[in-house]
Amino acid sequence: MTSPAIQQPKEQSVWGFIVSELKPRGKWLTPFNILSIPVILTGLVLIVLRFAFGLGEVSNVSQEIPWGLWKGFNVVTGVAFAGGAYVLTFMVYILKMHKYHSVIRVTVLNGFLAYIFYAGALVLDLGKPWNIFNPLIGNSFGASSVLFLVAWHFVLYIFAQLIEFSPAVAEWIGARRARRILSGMTVAAVIFGITLSTLHQSGLGALFLMASEKIHPLWYNEFIPLLFLVSSVFAGLSMVIFEGSITHKVFNGQVGKNHRKNSDVIVHGLSKICAGGMFAYFFLQMLVFIHGQHWGLLFTPMGYWWMLEMFGFVLLPMILFFYSYRTFNLPVIRIAAIITMIGIILNRLNVSIIAYRWDAATHYMPSWKEIVISLTIIFIQIWIFRWVISRMPVLRDSPEWAKD
Amino acid sequence: MSINRRNFFKTMGVAGLTMAGLDSMGAKSGGTEETEFYGILYDATICIGCRACENACAKAHGFPEPDDELETGVIRKTSTTRRSVINKHETSAGEVMVRNSCMHCNQPACASACLTQAMYKTKEGPVIWREDKCMGCRYCMVSCPFDVPKFEYTSTNPKIQKCDMCYDRIKQGEIPVCAETCGDALYFGTRRELIAEAERRIAESPDSYVHQIFGEDVAGGTSALYLSPTPFDELGFDPRLKNESYPAMTKGFLYTVPAVFVLLPSLLLGLHEATKSNQNHSENHD
Repeated sequence: MTSPAIQQPKEQSVWGFIVSELKPRGKWLTPFNILSIPVILTGLVLIVLRFAFGLGEVSNVSQEIPWGLWKGFNVVTGVAFAGGAYVLTFMVYILKMHKYHSVIRVTVLNGFLAYIFYAGALVLDLGKPWNIFNPLIGNSFGASSVLFLVAWHFVLYIFAQLIEFSPAVAEWIGARRARRILSGMTVAAVIFGITLSTLHQSGLGALFLMASEKIHPLWYNEFIPLLFLVSSVFAGLSMVIFEGSITHKVFNGQVGKNHRKNSDVIVHGLSKICAGGMFAYFFLQMLVFIHGQHWGLLFTPMGYWWMLEMFGFVLLPMILFFYSYRTFNLPVIRIAAIITMIGIILNRLNVSIIAYRWDAATHYMPSWKEIVISLTIIFIQIWIFRWVISRMPVLRDSPEWAKD
Repeated sequence: MSINRRNFFKTMGVAGLTMAGLDSMGAKSGGTEETEFYGILYDATICIGCRACENACAKAHGFPEPDDELETGVIRKTSTTRRSVINKHETSAGEVMVRNSCMHCNQPACASACLTQAMYKTKEGPVIWREDKCMGCRYCMVSCPFDVPKFEYTSTNPKIQKCDMCYDRIKQGEIPVCAETCGDALYFGTRRELIAEAERRIAESPDSYVHQIFGEDVAGGTSALYLSPTPFDELGFDPRLKNESYPAMTKGFLYTVPAVFVLLPSLLLGLHEATKSNQNHSENHD
């Protein structure tokens, strides 16, 4: 199946092709546009204010709580949701589970854009963003820092994902030779990418290891890195399930034959993996809790909050995943995926913001400006995601010539 | 970096010279000359809360002189314009003053957290901040168990403000302004001398002091040392602070990284080769 968009470049100049592809397609006044355009415009103004007057102008972060919404939500939570890319590439390219092949591209694209935009959130949060390359080049290697490793893995993983996604770009511009070369690099990029993901998913947890008195004992333990890694598996896959159900509605015309045929089987298969991953995670959390001997903290306000996270947003969706896998109940799988995602947001925000300095006199609440900028980053990311989906063979099948 | 056996034991013999000291030893040109960490001993039984040290500090670093009054129960915090503060506490031994500032840990969490080495443990002992390296990520603030680094949120070119033990003065053979200004409550010297001095004071008048030198063990040992007539948790020090070094908490993770980097790709490549026979060639597109 070849779509007309792929054929066009042969008759056009390169410039004409780029201009025609940059033009918006489809309806203009969609609900998402009506919501996102004002937010993005406000956000851009706020970003200018942030650089003109300093971080304190827009953000409520303080001397006690130096990391707020942008780090806790856009970076720490966002990276967990981008975990689907390394899990799926592992399943498809290493374990050769071919039935998941049709969601690889959309997941890798999602992960790639997520990382680019989390880097963007980071730049806004840095006090001296012009020094951002210090840990990468020059003589400023803080090799004993967890953040140093996370930064390097972050950058390298962006390149690995770019290589994993590049065949789709080559098919879009009709570069046959380049596509063959880039496809040949996929397995290497996948192996490299999985290794980097393992390390930086856990590394984001390891960032908090030194804050041992600052994080509530129910959330702080020496296993944070492992817990972050294990939870990134089902966080990423829940995102794949959730995103799949949205893209199938929104980009219905783009969904290719292969993709449509497999999608129910994929969601069903992923639910089993999520359930298994969540069982391991829940078991680990309980072991950590019992070893921590924090029974006395259980019936305090923070204890109730912890139990809500563990039972309401880990145990419950795990049971739902098991149940819906057995009964092949796709709507319940989608509901379980959404509950799981809320649970992941809760967990990451608890470690990085809510249970961080829970005992401080003044608590951190993000300002509306911080929230708008946070949403701006996510909305711009969705805009670009949409732009790529409607132009490159991500959801639709590859052109005939690319099937060797 | 080479370090021979004799040097190694000699280094370990020096009280408080732990990992960071070992590094700075090794980094030297292999000579026999040793540099010991300097420190400041604060004696709460002597301090009367005159705050001459605060004023001298503000003047030396170009900050406004503090004009607020000391009040029991009101904790004055260090800030972007105040690198050290005196606080008054109501304790079981009556009103006691205490000074709060950077502890200059032997193994600072902030310096090990810093991904650009902007936070830096000098071989003389002070933990300093280097503006040209810092990217403003504030991970030092997250990691510091004493909440010392302060960030200028209202600046477009923000600095991290913290006590640097007047590092420039130490390099020129002078002593920090606070210790120079103070009569007896602040005492500057090498960390070893200070611990010996503190032990002497406790031994001479055992009834005036709790028998503990705060900073000898906490967070793996610090260059700021405290003597007090009353338990330290009554002076606002967090009793949950650990005696182990804070950077050691990330050691397990950091040591796993090279192992994972070697083993996991090999494992994945092996799996990839092993599953090749399962591959259905008709479905093999990228």
